[in-house]
Amino acid sequence: MNARIPRSLWLGAALTALFAGAALISFFWTPFDVTQMAISDKLKPPGAAHWFGTDHFGRDIFSMIMVGARTSIAVALVAVGIGMALGVPLGLAAAARSGSLLDEAIMRANDLVFAFPALLIAIMITAVFGAGALNAIIAIGIFNVPVFARITRGGALSLWKRDYILSARVAGKGAARISIEHILPNIANLLIVQGTIQFSLGILAEAGLSYVGLGAQPPTPSWGRMLADAQTLISLAPHIAIFPGLAIVFTVLGLNLMGDGLRDLLDPRLRRVRA
Amino acid sequence: MRYRSLKLGLAGVAALALSAGAALAARTTITVGMQLEPPHLDPTSAAAGAIDQVTYANIFEGLTRFTSTGAIVPGLAESWEISDDGLTYTFRLHDGVKFHDGTTMDAEDVKFSLDRARGEDSQNAQKALFAAISEVNVIDPLTVEIRLSEPDGNLLFNLAWGDAVIVAPESIENIKTNPVGTGPFRFAGWVQGDSITIEKNPDYWGTPAKLERATFKFISDPTAAFAAVMAEDVDAFTGFPAPENLAQFEADPRFQVLVGSTEGETILSTNNRMPPLDDVRVREAIAHAINRQEIIDGAMFGFGTPIGTHFAPHNPAYVDLTGLSQYDPELSRKLLAEAGYPDGFTTTLKLPPPSYARRGGEIIAAQLAEVGIKVEISNLEWAQWLEEVFRGKDYGLTIVSHTEPFDIGIYARPDYYFQYDNPAFQALMEELNATTDPTRRAAMLGAAQAMIAEDYVNGYLFQLAALTVANAKIRGLWANAPTQATDLTAVWWED
Repeated sequence: MNARIPRSLWLGAALTALFAGAALISFFWTPFDVTQMAISDKLKPPGAAHWFGTDHFGRDIFSMIMVGARTSIAVALVAVGIGMALGVPLGLAAAARSGSLLDEAIMRANDLVFAFPALLIAIMITAVFGAGALNAIIAIGIFNVPVFARITRGGALSLWKRDYILSARVAGKGAARISIEHILPNIANLLIVQGTIQFSLGILAEAGLSYVGLGAQPPTPSWGRMLADAQTLISLAPHIAIFPGLAIVFTVLGLNLMGDGLRDLLDPRLRRVRA
Repeated sequence: MRYRSLKLGLAGVAALALSAGAALAARTTITVGMQLEPPHLDPTSAAAGAIDQVTYANIFEGLTRFTSTGAIVPGLAESWEISDDGLTYTFRLHDGVKFHDGTTMDAEDVKFSLDRARGEDSQNAQKALFAAISEVNVIDPLTVEIRLSEPDGNLLFNLAWGDAVIVAPESIENIKTNPVGTGPFRFAGWVQGDSITIEKNPDYWGTPAKLERATFKFISDPTAAFAAVMAEDVDAFTGFPAPENLAQFEADPRFQVLVGSTEGETILSTNNRMPPLDDVRVREAIAHAINRQEIIDGAMFGFGTPIGTHFAPHNPAYVDLTGLSQYDPELSRKLLAEAGYPDGFTTTLKLPPPSYARRGGEIIAAQLAEVGIKVEISNLEWAQWLEEVFRGKDYGLTIVSHTEPFDIGIYARPDYYFQYDNPAFQALMEELNATTDPTRRAAMLGAAQAMIAEDYVNGYLFQLAALTVANAKIRGLWANAPTQATDLTAVWWED
């Protein structure tokens, strides 16, 4: 196979790695302590000491973005994990019993969750159970479930008609075993691509929830809340809004490019065309 | 061609003359921005400060009233006499005062208003103001006598509150949507969610208002408030919510910035019944862990006066007790260790929406973390805050500004949300209420301030500044906010 890696994948992976790297490094080291306030140093423009300047409490914005990346990635990653862990088995089950009552029940329940705008569900959940990173994760996770259930069912359905599945059935394998041994590996690329896209949506959702005050609570840095805090100060010190804004843009862009690139690389239909 | 340009020139001159003419006549309308919309317009049946911000002195008047400095001057009462035992106040009312619906304001209306406010089924938010009154008697249409069951040195002050304004029995039914008062402005219209308009009362009994019309516009978002003032959509904004933007307005010749004092003691309210906050050493440790100046600089961009007790610094009876709670993290750690928490403890910090609370909360959380006290911050909307914190008392710490004037009496209420129960303080308040002699009252107030400061009931942070941004040509706005009010009675535009 020609190992030509799409350019978008390179770029996307590089951007994603940059932020993932920043998040990892922040566990061991940040230029400044993000909970350390220095009111007298507030709203300093970017410079040698503070690369991205300081916020209204004199905290180092570069450090906050590093730790904020951790928050964003952690929330989005776990949320996508929840979506996959629940959605994929549901989708596999629905496809295995296609047309049955089970299939109907699963897919209609999915429709129900889909019918609510994602952010609205998240706001509802955090409003009922209280604001916080954990509830944000659950909220974002829940609206990931139907996405994965649908894509899994769609991919699996087309596979169930294949001859090799038929022969596996003839050989006496049960639906669950077929789903795990034959279906899942063949739709893995679909799920990886979708996972990347959902990951970027999760980061946006986390930023949105934090922006309205329902995400990670202070003092945990969060890009969305940094933007909200910067709102009234934007005419005084634009840098405190620009950097978290750019962080969100580049992370989401990176993940989307990576998702595109992965699809180009992994999608069997596209691969055939290129070959 | 030449003819045409001449004509154009003439038109230009005419246009100039016209605009000059318009500029010569001073403006007589004003649009005032404010953050919160009142739930309704009856100041005598709700605590919401936004009601008074629209109605006080503009629509409704009381027997006495506050001036911008907080002094008490006659309102609807022309003069009064106090009996030697301090138990009978005889008020002489102004003659010829009419309500906006044309009915006459007389002693019967005063009796009706005060009896309604202090009655059994009264909805008044400040019933305690009238607690000392035993009966209100009509002597003649212009004379009313208030009898007290015990001397109350605060009576004239209490009657100046927005909660004590004079209303009419004829218009009481619809007062919430159509307030009818005696003031220099009358209610003209309310667009829910947007604005309330008042217009000049041509039949006003006193000095007439200089403005013909005023609109109160509700803008809750600080960023939108900033934009509205910058774009001159509003002519003035009282209680401006974004102190960080004031420097920009100060530098702009189009605007003036008024910085005054309010009655808002901003405090770190502490649940005195929740362990470990029920231990005075723990509360003292919190007090010493707090760096007030840092909070004022960080949360209010320098606007605010440090306080050491629950009392307004501009009040003559104020005692500076900030020394009792100096920033001293070492002492704080020592006190925590003595109280049995050498490694600190964890509690909650529930914050209402204003920026002094949200930003101040983050700073306090960082300061408390320095001495080992971990706080879990949760940001609440006002309704949630009232439910959980104020009524439910389910909190460890919270930050709020107590904007009622002269409200040290709340510490005598053990069921109030701090749950501070000190019989000595309660006795002192009772004694204070029965005292009219100003020197003795001042001494007692000093003792009361010291008592709550030494008990470290709450963390005393700063006195909230009154921040008003206005067009540079507006005159007569209140700089201070001795009560929640936007008194437009003396406001005018300079040419």
